[in-house]
Amino acid sequence: MAKVLPVVPEAAATRPKGPVYLPRVLRRVYQAFFLLLFLASLGLMTEEGIRRFPVKLLLELDPLSALAVLASSWVLPAGLAVALAMVPLTVLFGRAFCGWICPVGTLHHVASWLTRRLRRGPHHHVNRWRPHFRLKYLLLVALLVAALAGTLSIGLLDPLSLATRSFASALLPALSSVAASDGQRPRTFAGAWLTGAVFLALLAANRWIVRWWCRALCPLGALLGLGARAAVFRIHVDPALCNDCHRCVRDCQGADEPFDRHRVSECHVCLNCVSVCPEDAISFRAFAPTASPNGGVDLPRRQLVGAALAGAALLPLLRASSAEAAPETIRPPGALPEDAFLARCVRCGACVNACPTSALQPSLATAGLAGLYTPVLVARRGWCEPSCTRCGQVCPTGAITPLTPETKGWTRSASNGAPIRIGTAFFDWGRCLPWAMAVPCVVCEEVCPTSPKAIWLEAAEAVRADGRTVRVQRPRLDPDRCVGCGLCEAKCPVATPAAIRVTRAGESRDPKGGFTLGRTS
Amino acid sequence: MTDRTADRRLVLKRLGQASAVLGASGALGAWGLRSQGRFGAAPAQGRLRDLRVADNAARPPIVVARGTDPALLVRAALAGIGGMERFVARGEAVLVKPNMAWDRTPEQGANTNPEVVAEVVRQCRAAGARRVVVAENPVHDAERVAERSGIRAAVRAAGGELVLPGASGFTWTALGGSVLASWDVLSVLLQADRLVNLPVVKHHSLSRLTCGLKNHMGLIGGSRGRLHQDIHPALVDLASAFRPTLTVVDATRVMRRNGPTGGRLEDVETVNAVAAGTDPVACDAWAARQLGLDPADVGHLVLADGRGLGRLVAGAGTVTEVVANG
Repeated sequence: MAKVLPVVPEAAATRPKGPVYLPRVLRRVYQAFFLLLFLASLGLMTEEGIRRFPVKLLLELDPLSALAVLASSWVLPAGLAVALAMVPLTVLFGRAFCGWICPVGTLHHVASWLTRRLRRGPHHHVNRWRPHFRLKYLLLVALLVAALAGTLSIGLLDPLSLATRSFASALLPALSSVAASDGQRPRTFAGAWLTGAVFLALLAANRWIVRWWCRALCPLGALLGLGARAAVFRIHVDPALCNDCHRCVRDCQGADEPFDRHRVSECHVCLNCVSVCPEDAISFRAFAPTASPNGGVDLPRRQLVGAALAGAALLPLLRASSAEAAPETIRPPGALPEDAFLARCVRCGACVNACPTSALQPSLATAGLAGLYTPVLVARRGWCEPSCTRCGQVCPTGAITPLTPETKGWTRSASNGAPIRIGTAFFDWGRCLPWAMAVPCVVCEEVCPTSPKAIWLEAAEAVRADGRTVRVQRPRLDPDRCVGCGLCEAKCPVATPAAIRVTRAGESRDPKGGFTLGRTS
Repeated sequence: MTDRTADRRLVLKRLGQASAVLGASGALGAWGLRSQGRFGAAPAQGRLRDLRVADNAARPPIVVARGTDPALLVRAALAGIGGMERFVARGEAVLVKPNMAWDRTPEQGANTNPEVVAEVVRQCRAAGARRVVVAENPVHDAERVAERSGIRAAVRAAGGELVLPGASGFTWTALGGSVLASWDVLSVLLQADRLVNLPVVKHHSLSRLTCGLKNHMGLIGGSRGRLHQDIHPALVDLASAFRPTLTVVDATRVMRRNGPTGGRLEDVETVNAVAAGTDPVACDAWAARQLGLDPADVGHLVLADGRGLGRLVAGAGTVTEVVANG
């Protein structure tokens, strides 16, 4: 039980500290740097940016992604091995990642500072640890167990994935739709309103509880919190100097209550308490003797078992919901076979951000609940550029294999080996102008990028309403040449919906998925 | 003094914890970096064996028995080509593949006659087979087909074992064909020492004849409908991959029209014959004649002959007829 706090006059608790506390300044520099790095990484997911900068580094630094991908696919992709660097950081300094590096943490830090005057009541009550902050540990357990069963839904709550996805497919497009003045068509994304609303609502929660996301929900914070139980450097309060003023609680980011028995699992190492302590009673030092048992968070066994059971039930229920992916579940070129893909994709949306035509969209309903926020190609919004391989280049987990234009195989003659196929286009002759209305049109054939073209023209005579016979060229499709790029659907003038539409039929990542004999392996 | 001991203990404890976390994550990471992964390893690949027995010049390649009792017909035809002992050795596992694809009763002639199936199973048991598996990947619901065809009851009574493969009973297998490179194949075929192909004779709208070569389609899974895009080469690919030990053709009832599903009793003619042979092409050619077809008009038989899988035009005396009446 937390001890009942004595009421301390505010005046006594706000004595200025004096000289600038350098570690705190340094922390702010780190926070600013990594927030800028995060935003710059999103902006640099272009051809040149990908070539020159490690644009996926921040996503690869995420130890939760690494652990979850390992649990669900039994593989640690080489890129994600960078995340191992967070282990020594954490066993040395605790959750320094949360306080110093995490761009989501920084945004919440700023949001809580901006709303500081709205939180009513004595700060040492408002900012105390609450039992429901255990929730993040239970979420971590549930989602890791689900990952072991094979679904990587943990990415929905991983902060770096959440932020990448929210900025890429909601916040930045929203910003550009307001700011764009040069008549450029803004990028639009399925469910942007929902994606953005969730992210902003979490930020708004700071108005009531400082960094509620980090304290109560963030599964990465929970993972690092478990690691922080072994931390060498910790907050230490000298009982001889502490006069119980609780000034340390006011600016505390993690609700780790330095004054009492410091909860090392919850501490974000922001060092505000060290900085503001009027008595200089608080220090951050190696082998500090004070700490609560279990890192300051007791996790009742019943709750842990309940969380694990909930996680274990998740995948069987998801599987029972759908036999196979919907026809529109067109995955990016290089995507692993669906089972392996769902076990690797952390739903970060870096591919969605990198796609130059906005063809890649976050899936809300298309790929089912198990595929929430996984990327799908929506040919009405864009198409897969023949020589573009950005999505695989920025994928931090290898759910999309990095390709080159050569291995993608769309820019060379088909005789040089089988190209990657993401689907097949099908005509809807009732909507197609030459077929249904005797109106000349060759747009799909004109833009078809395969060589030779998958769409070919058959000369025919058609009768118009006035009885005149006209010559038209009717487009037809060779399924063995079509790669499913969606350019025909994107450019079809009929548009609502197009007279030629792509489904995932014949995708080459599934050796049994063909529908013609010519496409079997 | 005590303080210093406590300090030392704390330092050791913290360093120990930190090292444990570091070591554990390092080991886990190293394992993960080397691991092939849950999905990384190549899927299990089945391998087909040659299940044929040696030729015997003293025996005709195909023997036809005519008569009214299906069990007697099977025995007479088998006796003519050397008896089941020639094909099944003691302790072997035999796969018997009837046509059991349709929700039809025996009188409708869409599936192999259950009495014929039962007698073939009994003959395999009598030859000393360790295990006689009767298997089919049906078109209609497997449970219903097994009941309504009468084959489940017949197999049980004869001491065989009916296997309805379900979704997991297949193994991805290289077929090495001209249009079928690899396909899902019934796993029980990969475990069998001998294969007895046990088709019924039927009309088919696309392949013209449903008999032994067409019956192989019940040994594979996946999207079989795709084979219809190039049915004759596809059937020959299956025939050159599977090479049955023995073919027993059920022509007790023959479906002349509306195949391969049928349904009307008027489409079914009682022919009262069973043929047994080691040449699958010759067996099907004989079956084609029972339907009034010239085997040279059946594309997959012509192609199979061309690929050396058997002989379309039987030489003089190659079809031996016997009368089997109890």
